[in-house]
Amino acid sequence: MTRSAGLPRWLYLPAAAGAIFVVLPLVAVAVKVDWSQFWTLITSRSSVTALELSLRTAAISTAMCIVLGVPMALVLARNDSRWVRWTRPLILLPLVLPPVVGGIALLYAFGRLGLLGRYLDAAGIQIAFTTTAVVLAQTFVSLPFLVIAIEGAARTAGADYDVVAATLGARPTTVWWRVSLPLLAPGLASGAVLAFARSLGEFGATLTFAGSREGVTRTLPLEIYLQRESDADAAVALSLLLVVVAAVVVIGVGSRALKPGGAGGW
Amino acid sequence: MKRTQSIIGAISAVLLVMLTGCGSDSATPTSSTSAPAGGTLTVYAAASLKQTFTDIGEQFKTDNPGWKVDFTFAGSSDLVTQLTQGAKGDVFASADTKNMDKAATAGLLAGDPVNFASNTLAIVVAPGNPKQVTSFADLNKPGVTVVVCAPQVPCGSATEKVEQATKVTLNPVSEESSVTDVLNKVTTGQADAGLVYITDALGAGDKVAKVDFPEAAAAVNTYPIGVLKTAADAAAAHEFVDLVTGEAGQKILSQAGFAKP
Repeated sequence: MTRSAGLPRWLYLPAAAGAIFVVLPLVAVAVKVDWSQFWTLITSRSSVTALELSLRTAAISTAMCIVLGVPMALVLARNDSRWVRWTRPLILLPLVLPPVVGGIALLYAFGRLGLLGRYLDAAGIQIAFTTTAVVLAQTFVSLPFLVIAIEGAARTAGADYDVVAATLGARPTTVWWRVSLPLLAPGLASGAVLAFARSLGEFGATLTFAGSREGVTRTLPLEIYLQRESDADAAVALSLLLVVVAAVVVIGVGSRALKPGGAGGW
Repeated sequence: MKRTQSIIGAISAVLLVMLTGCGSDSATPTSSTSAPAGGTLTVYAAASLKQTFTDIGEQFKTDNPGWKVDFTFAGSSDLVTQLTQGAKGDVFASADTKNMDKAATAGLLAGDPVNFASNTLAIVVAPGNPKQVTSFADLNKPGVTVVVCAPQVPCGSATEKVEQATKVTLNPVSEESSVTDVLNKVTTGQADAGLVYITDALGAGDKVAKVDFPEAAAAVNTYPIGVLKTAADAAAAHEFVDLVTGEAGQKILSQAGFAKP
């Protein structure tokens, strides 16, 4: 009652239309599933392998995003130099790039003949067609999500406590571990959930850059895309599985952390 | 209240325009208002036919002034899915008989389909063939990374047939879901060799070198074409099919590397 105070009533109509628009396709998937076969389809060897690979690579990618993204977000939030301001849109670019473009870009950077890849290849390090390629693709597309979430949290929290801690004699590293980071925990949680969910759904960049081989690079979205060619029922069942896994992640872990701004909701 | 209603009206009007706007490019063959000797022919064709059918479409327009040809190029199974889900068109050309059979079973066809071309596999390697792949068995040489199509897609089932015929089991680093993805992995140097159709190998020009192998004959892919039940002008649709199976169409197809069915 009190929550909706002040909202014009007509607003509920487009809001409801939007909600139906988002939910209806998901319901359609659930309706389309051949429930008598569902369990058999999602527990087939290739499905289980793909799900396991997806969860494993998404977890590693999220960890990579945290390790790289938290420092990036802090620098973006606290350093106002011109150089940093110019870098910001560049770093956030994968957010709006079509994944397939990301895949092509990664190919020409880390591929066998790529900018960096040719030296790695000469050193005997192969990235193409390995699980590493999947993790790289997922990290590439997910990193901006995490950076944005944490940068927002860092700006909201402000630098006041850090400054106070520093004037009390704490070294920058101590301030970082004892003050800055704990204040960012809510933003970190929402950012990590977003990054994990995005990694789980990564398709375009993986297909373009990593290839598709069972147990090595064929994640659940790739398996769904392939199954669709020959067995539509299996593709639908796997789609529902992916919806459920994503829902568990977002609702179970992240619904509180995913509140706007991240910081206020924990 | 009045303002509220007018706002709702405006919103629904905007939504309607957006929805109809999105729909306007969908296949609506031969509008009834156009002259009897003209209209738009909508052709659903396998992705591998893109170049050749575009050329044949130009020929059709030259032969039949007043007509336009709209193409939808995609994987054959995608096209069958679109057609069973209600997409309207005049002609369907598939890259394999399996998907044409699916269309027939779904009751999409008016009459029997005709085979108009065939395609076989070829090995593609980097220009100059640095890994010296000269036979199918060479794909298993140590240090040669091979990419193939997954068994679920037509080029992959053809690959499986060749493996059975040669008794050589490949150990690919990746099983791609389309032949274009296989070709791309070779043109970008990610893989040393790939198995694609001869037409794809020729279409890639000097970005790859083509290696033919005799065992490819074990897996010949036949391309059928048929008129759809939803065809607005069946005579025009049949005329297009005749053009494809006739001399002019066959010439264009054979230039691209397609063989007779």
